[in-house]
Amino acid sequence: MDSALIPRGVKRCPFPQFILFIAIVGAVLLWGVYAMLLCWFKGLNQTNMNDFYGFALWIWADLAVIAVGGGAFFTGLLRYIFGKDDLKNIINYAVLIGFICYSSALLILAIDIGQPLRGWFIFWHANVHSMLTEVAFCLSCYFGVLTIEYIPLILENRQIDRVPFFHHLGHNMHETMAVFAATGAFLSFFHQGSLGGVAGVLYGRPFAYREGLLIWPWTFFLFTWSAAACGPCFTILITKITETVTRKKLVKDSAIELLAKISGWMILTYIIAKTLDTYHWATVTAPSMGQTLMDFYSNNPFYGIWILILEIVICGFIPAFILITKKGRKNSVALWIAVILAVTGVCINRWVMVLQIMAIPVLTFENWVMYFPSWQEIATTILPVAYGIILIAISYRYLPVFPNEPELNPMETLPAQETEKEAAVEPSVDLEEELKPAEA
Amino acid sequence: MFPFSFEWIWDMGHVVFMGGLWYALTILGIGMTYCIIKSAIDASRGNDEHHH
Repeated sequence: MDSALIPRGVKRCPFPQFILFIAIVGAVLLWGVYAMLLCWFKGLNQTNMNDFYGFALWIWADLAVIAVGGGAFFTGLLRYIFGKDDLKNIINYAVLIGFICYSSALLILAIDIGQPLRGWFIFWHANVHSMLTEVAFCLSCYFGVLTIEYIPLILENRQIDRVPFFHHLGHNMHETMAVFAATGAFLSFFHQGSLGGVAGVLYGRPFAYREGLLIWPWTFFLFTWSAAACGPCFTILITKITETVTRKKLVKDSAIELLAKISGWMILTYIIAKTLDTYHWATVTAPSMGQTLMDFYSNNPFYGIWILILEIVICGFIPAFILITKKGRKNSVALWIAVILAVTGVCINRWVMVLQIMAIPVLTFENWVMYFPSWQEIATTILPVAYGIILIAISYRYLPVFPNEPELNPMETLPAQETEKEAAVEPSVDLEEELKPAEA
Repeated sequence: MFPFSFEWIWDMGHVVFMGGLWYALTILGIGMTYCIIKSAIDASRGNDEHHH
């Protein structure tokens, strides 16, 4: 039914099967949309946020998707600025994943602000003393960059590419992509950093507060670093999941291994820096504010020292050591474990920096405050996941997301049959030119 | 926010924050304008040498 839209040289599942898949995931999406509408029409009383938890599940999800979406800017930087040509085989997918992550982040923010019609206030009535203003600016602009990076992929659809203007537009956007990629890297550096900076400047909360360089606390640099380190792991993870679901090899091992190697060294350097930062905070910063390390990890039902060990050792050093070794990268199981741990690690880091901060008592008469999200918060957090799956499915079906796919998965159809099939599906340009409208 | 808005103050914060925003938007705007105009010219000339 839709064979004319499917890229040449690749095989896709039958259209009814595809529609069924979209319908199932779409049902989850609609559940999330229903919860979102409840939040918009009835208000934020639909959530379990309160005076202690002004930031809750949504902000964690926001920070997490922005961190794992960092694979787009870092892969783009490596591909377009540092000239790592092997990554051209995975850059399309990195951009698509980044696009989904950042559009999800903006969607969650639109729900979180309660009145999305006033979303433009942050641009027009900007509080220039707030790191969150910088985040809003850079996030919106970088979403524009990702849209610009995604458009050429859409324009490469078989039918769209036949329109001369779109064909040239796709080509010209490819030609100037380095400029956009550089702008994206600039924007990403600042918004990833400022998200960390927001926590680091909270001098009233010793768990989060850090010293730093000039106006930037160390968390500013650690957040950017961790996003650049773990974002590519998320790209690899989603690629591996897609390969498993489609039962196809979609990206050459050389591209995956290069990205994994760079990511591994980034994670290792990041986690060393994080360890040093934690040591200095635990031995100098927190005691200077009257608290000890174990104040933050005891006398409560959930947050134990395990979370620190899990984040730094299990989800930090272990994936780093796997990815920096050739043997680890080449072993499929080890690679799976490493990327899952790395992605989990950065998500735990964001959880700790958003939610554990809120839970810890800072005044003598306060106790630990636990929080569990309402179903509306959970549904609206799952909403972007369903949206992402649908967008990936549609893009995979109709766009040449993986340039190596035809080469890695040669079709069984004989060349002669293929030619006949192509001719039957779409008339050649020559034929179209010969047939003027009146004659047709 | 622009300098002619009543909230505008000529200080470092406003210049850096808003300047950064305009700078990024200008690059994106100029880049896309260039691509669109060049594509329109290429298409009108029937230049079809691109293969990607």
